[in-house]
Formats: sequence, C-alpha cells, structure tokens
Amino acid sequence: MLNLLLSRLATAIPSIVGVVVVTFMLTRLLPGDPAAYFAGLAASPQAIAEIRTKLGLDKSLPEQFVAYVGDLVQGNLGNSLSTGQPVVTEIATRLPASAELTLFALIVAVAIAIPLGVLAAVKQGTWVDHLCRIVTTAGVSLPVFFTGLLLAYVFYYLLQWAPAPTGRLDIFLSPPPDITGFYLIDSMLSGNLETFWSALRQLALPAISMAIFSLAPLARMTRGSMLAVLGSDFIRTARASGLSPRTVVFTYAFRNAVLPVITTLGMVFSFLLGANVLVETVFAWPGIGLYAVNALITSDYAPVQGFVLTMAVLYVTLNLTIDFVYGLVDPRVRLES
Amino acid sequence: MKRRTFFKSTAAAGAAITAAPAVWSEAKAQARNETLLLITESPPNSMDIQGVGTNRPSYEVSWNTYDRLITYGVKKDANGNDHYDYTKLEPELATEWNVTPTSATFKLRKGAKFHDGTPITAKDVKWSFDRAVSVGGFPTFQMKAGSLEKPEQFVAVDDNTFRVDFVRADKLTMPDIGVPVPVIMNSELCKKHATAADPWAMEWLKNNLAAGGAYKIERWQPGQEVVFMRNDDWQNGPLPKIKRVIRRIIPSAGNRRALLERGDADISFDLPPKDFAELATSPKLTVIGTAIENAMVYLGMNVNEKPFNDVKVRQAVAWALPYQQIMDSVMFGRALPLFGGADNLSKGSYWPQKDGYKTDIAKAKALMAEAGYADGFETTLSFDLGMASTSEPLTILVQESLKQIGIKATINKIPGANWRGELLKKNLPMIANAFGGWLNYPEYFFFWCYHGQNAVFNAMGYKNPAMDALIDKARFTSGAEYDKLVKGFIDIAFEEVPRVPIYQPLLDVAMQKNVTGYRYWFHRQLDYRQLVKS
Repeated sequence: MLNLLLSRLATAIPSIVGVVVVTFMLTRLLPGDPAAYFAGLAASPQAIAEIRTKLGLDKSLPEQFVAYVGDLVQGNLGNSLSTGQPVVTEIATRLPASAELTLFALIVAVAIAIPLGVLAAVKQGTWVDHLCRIVTTAGVSLPVFFTGLLLAYVFYYLLQWAPAPTGRLDIFLSPPPDITGFYLIDSMLSGNLETFWSALRQLALPAISMAIFSLAPLARMTRGSMLAVLGSDFIRTARASGLSPRTVVFTYAFRNAVLPVITTLGMVFSFLLGANVLVETVFAWPGIGLYAVNALITSDYAPVQGFVLTMAVLYVTLNLTIDFVYGLVDPRVRLES
Repeated sequence: MKRRTFFKSTAAAGAAITAAPAVWSEAKAQARNETLLLITESPPNSMDIQGVGTNRPSYEVSWNTYDRLITYGVKKDANGNDHYDYTKLEPELATEWNVTPTSATFKLRKGAKFHDGTPITAKDVKWSFDRAVSVGGFPTFQMKAGSLEKPEQFVAVDDNTFRVDFVRADKLTMPDIGVPVPVIMNSELCKKHATAADPWAMEWLKNNLAAGGAYKIERWQPGQEVVFMRNDDWQNGPLPKIKRVIRRIIPSAGNRRALLERGDADISFDLPPKDFAELATSPKLTVIGTAIENAMVYLGMNVNEKPFNDVKVRQAVAWALPYQQIMDSVMFGRALPLFGGADNLSKGSYWPQKDGYKTDIAKAKALMAEAGYADGFETTLSFDLGMASTSEPLTILVQESLKQIGIKATINKIPGANWRGELLKKNLPMIANAFGGWLNYPEYFFFWCYHGQNAVFNAMGYKNPAMDALIDKARFTSGAEYDKLVKGFIDIAFEEVPRVPIYQPLLDVAMQKNVTGYRYWFHRQLDYRQLVKS
C-alpha cells in the first residue's frame, strides 16, 4: 500500500512541474498588456513604461521565469494587482469558501444520486427508473449558471424563501472565528447558532444548483454499474442460496458496483471545481473561481498562475485519494500493486 | 422571544417591506437602519489613491476617508438634483485661502485631527503634496495637469499655514487641488512605515489608512467588501448622517437589480441602461441620471490610413450612423443626443454639444461617390469587450447601417485587458469608444483627444497644427477671446470628424426612496458624506 502511494506520488511530481511551466508560458502568451491596463485612464507612454519596470515585465522571459520559480520555492505566489493582496493569502482565505460549497454540493448530490441509482437498477422499468432518467437528463441539460439564476429568481425574488444572494453570510452578521475556514463548522464550534443558520441558508441555493448538475453522471453510473452486477452469476447464486434481498443488494451487489461510482465521483468533483466559477459569480460567493475569473479579465498574471497551480495540486491530491480509496474498497487493487 | 418581539414590532410598524431573515434580533434591525448598503460590481484594489495601478473604486474609498485642502461647492442641476459646482471652491481642511498671481496661501483648520488623534499640520500637507508629485504615474500626471510639478513649490510656512508657489499662471491649479489625488496624509505615521527603498511608504499605505477624513475603515475584505464607520471627531465639514456604510461586491447585474427591487440593498450604480430605464418608472425606487460632464461615446476613424484619410469618407460615415436607433434600443433613452443640431457650427464654448449630422443615407452615398468609393470598401470596427453591454449592440447597429452605403465592417471584439494596448498602437481603422475628463473644460478634453501631442485617447491619430494652436492658447486665456478659441476648435472637430460624437452618457444611480442627498461628482464615485437615510 505504501509502495503504491509512493509510486503514485512520484508520478505526480512531473505533472506539477509541467503545470508550473505551462501556466507561466500561457499567461505570457495571452495578448494584453497589464502595464497599460493598470496605468489607468490618463496614462502617458512614460507612465506605462514606469509601471512595466515596477512589475518586472521589462525583463526577458527566462529571467521572469527564474524569478517566478525562486519566489515559488519560498511559497510566494506574487501579488494580485486587482485586489492588491498577496496571492497566497487570497487563495488561503478563498479556498475554504469554494471547498465548503463544493463539498456540500457533492454530499447533497451523492445523498440523492446513489439511492436513486440503486433503486432505479433494482426496480428497473418502474416509475422510479423513469424518474431517475428524467432527473438526470434535466440535470445535464441545464447549464449550472442557468439553474443558479433560475433558483435565485424563483426562491429569492419571487417567493422570498431564500436569503439575498450576497455571499456566505447575511450582510449584517460578522463571520465566525476562523478555525477551519468552513463557516458551518466554525459557527458550530463557537456555538453561534444564528451564524450557522445564516451560513446554511446562504449555502442552500448555490449548493443545490451545483448538485443538480452533478446528479446525472452519479445516478447514471450507479444504475448502470448496479445493473451489470445484479445480472452476474454470484448474485444469482446468492439469491438462490436464500439470502435476503437486502443483503444481496447492499452487501454483495452494491459493494462491487461502487468502484466505477468512485471514479465518477472523482470526475464529478473536478467538474464541480470548474462549475464553481459560474455559480460563484451568480451568488457573489467569495471563492477561488470568482477570483480567477476577475484576474483573467484584467490580465493579472500572478493570481491566474496561483489559481491554476492550486487547482493542479488539488487534482493530483484528489487522484491520489481516489487511488487510495480503491485499495480500501477492492482488495484486488492492493494485490496488483 | 426576541424573534417574536421582532416580528411584532415590524408588524406594528407595518414596515415588513425589507426581506428580514428569520433570526434577526432587534439590535440588528437597528443597525440596519443606521447602515447604508451599497452594492457594486468592482472592488477597490488599494487604500492609496497615489499608488501604482489604483483603480476607480479605490478613488471612492480615498474620497470618503481622506481630507483634501479644498473641495467644490454644490448647485442644483436642471432636474433639481444636487450637482457639484466646479466654479465654486469651498473649505475642507483649509478654512480660507489667498491667491496672488504667484502663489496661494492656505490657512488650515485649528483642531483638525487625524484618525489616530494627531493634529493635522502644514508639514503633513507638504509631505502629502511632495508625495503626489514624486511617486510618478497617474497621481504625478494629474498634479501636472494643474502645473503642480515639484516639491519646491510647496512650503509649510508655520503649523497652520501652507503655501503653493506657482510655476506659471494656470487656471487649472486651484481646481486641481480639489480633485481626489492630493489627499492629506499623516506624515509621522507614514514615515514610521517608510524604508530606504520605499521612502513614501507605498507598500504600507496600500493596505492602511493614514487619514483624517469623515469615515474610518472598520473592515476590508479585498474583493468582497469594505465596511466604513463614521469618524465622529471629524471637523472638516458637517458630520455625515450615515453611521456605517457597507460597500459590497455583487458580481451579477441581475442580482444587483433583484436586491434593489426587494429592498435588501440601498443604492447601486452598476446596472445596464435597460434596467435603469425600467427602474425609473418603478414607484419603489429613485433613479437619478446625471449627464457625465465632458464625456462622450463616439465612433473614431484612423485618419492616417486609407480610406479614412479622406475627410469625405469620414463625413459619409457621420451621415450614415443610425443615431436615433442607438438612443432607443441601446441606451433606452438613458443618454443625451450629440447629433441632429442645426449645422456644424458650435453653439457656445461648452463641450460636448450637438453637431449637425443625422442619419441621411442619400447624402452619405453621394459623399462616398465623390470620394471615389461608390462601390464601398471593407474595414473592421473594434470595441472594448469591457463595455460590451452597450458597445456590442451599438456596433451591430452601426455595421448594418454602414452596409447601406457599401461599407462592409467586420466587428472586432477586443478583451478589456488588451484594449489600452491596441489603442496605443493607433492602427485600428474604426473604433467605438468612450472618453470623459475630470476637469470640466473643453480644452482639457481636446488636449487628450484631438491634440497633435497624440495621447492614447487620440486613437484616430488626428493631427492639425491649426487646431493645436487654438487648444494650447485656450488653456491660458479667458473671457471673450477664450470663447472664440473654443468655438474655433469645436468647428474644426465637427467639420473634419476624425471622431463622430454619438451621445453623452448619463451617470445613473438607483436608490431606495428613503435615501436622499445624493450628489453628482466629477469623479463619478459615491460621496457618502451627504447621504441621508430616513
């Protein structure tokens, strides 16, 4: 197991190095001149040149790259020009917001999709199966920003059930003490129910819009994989031996069917990190996606590089975790390694 | 219990208009009444207006937290709304001043203090002015616009007296002291954070205030919100009515409108013209639109390359633009027309004003034939994607209209980050763009946009020595001769049309009915100090 982990870790390093080089090159290749942009309205060519020197953009590309890597090694991702703050602090304060939203959405999606998929497979051809088909088709067909806007319009503007889409908390509450960065957990730890309730209400709509989007692949995969397993010989044997349907479905069929579902879960999680960008814009969610979009619009190199790098590290960690979970669920993976 | 009493009290007041989250306590409802919630699209990136790359929202932060020596008076505009008055300078930190042909001497207010309690003295003023002319970039440039150029000009006579020596007689010098750039900083505090490499404490002031103005900053979450708290010891003007201001970023325009309509937010500038047009008719909100001084949206043509080097072709384009359609279906009436005047002669020494062009396809075709382009030509029409909400429909209408006189224009969308760089190259054949100048003088606009010094905003590369002479002279003259000079360069601009004026934009703002006291400022940011929420 340890060997497996180490070998996976070793393959992850080249991908990270690749990402560092590629993001650096890509941001430089993008058209646009940050110096001209930040010199402001009444900038003269001298003013722009002065800013270019201050930003170090007058140096050659290799020089800029060496400086960038040197900073990176010291954990310095540079400063964002549009918010004026160090990228590392910005990402560190914004990542929990995105992570809380993504994880919450994923939990909602899993809680609905897996039972739905299992039921649809067990009762194939019944109304449950049709419901599953309708829900999943609708889910993939609706772009996530559209679901978000629609939900905000109906539940905030028309019905007033949801709070105003103004971010993670009601505007007149102050954030809970920073322990994990997850407002739901922090407010519980500090025993502030009012904050917890507000955070939960703010989280509901964006999380649901993301969950609707990610339901489809999870439910379809669960259903398909369950059907394949339920039709196999060992299930027939188990049934013939008189085991209860409950034991057959959950202990034998589900455990064997769950492997492709975990793979899909990993994929869905990475989709969701991408979908974050749109949902965060709609709900004014102060997460990392919104940050990256704003940085791209203004050709602000440092946050874009920081964002891509963070995402790459997250993906690699995610893949490692999934490999690890495979080993726990399926002993064959452990043996093969 | 609290919840119950809260509901009772709101029901009794019959004021359940605001969407109250269920667990509001009475204290919070109270806080809500004393707080102004401003929702907007873009966050400030610095607390220092003299910093590198400081953006427009930062001007707002600086304007409300720092003092300047003098400020501008107020007048009523044509619609009865408050409008700053650029002809009237009024006291802020300085209580009185004496202007001679060679210098201006300011008496500072006694008892005025910075937020940390240090008295404000003339040496703070000198340090701040020195900083503005020394740090380079935009602040230094803006100071130069008023002939404020070097530290030797600024003298701290004694603790309460500050003098500016003029390098030349310039009518923009005094007005320039009232713009957002020359703020008064706490020099001792700044010096504590200065280093040998950073003598002006640029790094520290980016994230910290060294101010004495009407508001302090309670919390700043970059990219999300700034919370302002009133400075109750403020001496340099009437104490603001609003105790707390929350400036919150809401990126989606649709949600900004929803928040205003539901009464959850108090005030916002950033909505598309269509929304403002619709909200203006709503009984729930007040919408105030003020014509932005010295500003216009225009179509520019590159005069140094074929076919727009021919004045007849440019005039043909000016006769072919779909002006009224743009007003109706792009701006929804939220703009002032700059077309359809009686003729191409200026009507006075003010700017912008209507030229004589209107949509007349027959006339345009005749001009095209005269220029030898009866069969038309192909070109590209570029715009800044950062202004897509109005520029995109505008360019599509222009494209359709130009097709009628044989000009096939391909639309070229340029991302906001590249726009400035592309303008600098001066090789775009045709652009749709906007420009506005802080200081409300026609020659100031022309200096940037038409003068042969070829600033970035003269994107057409227009050069005309006759016009340059008029512009240069106008800056240092006044009275009847000044009027003649201004009329002279406006007439040339209309006849030669390197840029076709289309409309003068409005600065629109929507607010709840209980918010009053809004004042238009040339810097187009919100001044919290005059607002009242009842």
